Amino acid sequence: MIRFVYLGKLADAAGKSESQFASNSGDIDWPDILALLDDHVREGLSDAVRDKRVKVALNGEVLADREGIVARHGDEVAFLPPVSGG
Amino acid sequence: MRDIRLAEQMFIPGTLIGPFTQANPGLGGVCTFVGEVRYDDGVEALELSHYEPLTLPGMHELADRAFDRFTLMGLLMVHRVGVLRPGEPIVCVSAAALHRRDSIDAVDFCMDHLKSAAWFWKREKRANQNGGSEWHWIEPRADDHRDLARWQS
Repeated sequence: MIRFVYLGKLADAAGKSESQFASNSGDIDWPDILALLDDHVREGLSDAVRDKRVKVALNGEVLADREGIVARHGDEVAFLPPVSGG
Repeated sequence: MRDIRLAEQMFIPGTLIGPFTQANPGLGGVCTFVGEVRYDDGVEALELSHYEPLTLPGMHELADRAFDRFTLMGLLMVHRVGVLRPGEPIVCVSAAALHRRDSIDAVDFCMDHLKSAAWFWKREKRANQNGGSEWHWIEPRADDHRDLARWQS
C-alpha cells in the first residue's frame, strides 16, 4: 500500500485528505503518480499538483527534486501547496 | 528551558508564561508575543491544518536556529491547530535571555518564520450573501515574505 496525503487546498481539489493505493505493481515514479491522481482520485488533480509551488514529501522528507520521486510499498507521499503561515 | 508544541485545544497564554518565566531563573528579560484570531468582518472561524511529520519538526528546527542566532536561556513556542474562533489565541512565543535585545529579537525572528515558512495551511469560514457561510483558503501574503527577508543576512 502507498498512501497519498493532500494538504491545504489540494484536499479540496482531491475531494479527500488522503488515498491509498495497492502497490502490487511495484515502485511508482512521478508520471505514475500524476496518472494515479487523475485516473483514481479526481480528473484534473494532476494539474493542481503540477503547479511548481507544490512541494512533495516522501515519508516526511520534502524532496528537492519531486520529479525524481520513487515511492514503494509502505511509503507516504504528501502533496504540499504553498503554506499560508501560522 | 525549551518548550515547543502544537495545541489541539484552546490555550490560555497566561498559564504558559508564568511557569516559563519561573523555569528560567536568573533571566534579565523575557519577551512574549501572543497572536489571536482577529474579529474581521464576516469571519466566523479559522481552521489551521498541519502535516504531522513536518510541522512540529519544522518548529523544532526553527527553535534550533533561534538558539544559534541569539543568546537565549529559554524559548517557548506554542501553536494552535484545528478550528479557532475570533478572539482565541493562535500562537504564543516567549523568549528568556540575559539581555532584552536577544529576547525581543528571538521572538520577532520566530514569529516572522512561523508566519511565512512554517507548515500550516489556513482557511477562513466567512458569511456569504445567502445567509450561510463558506470556507476560503488563505493564500500566502507578500508582507509575510518581506518580513522573512529581514533575517536573510
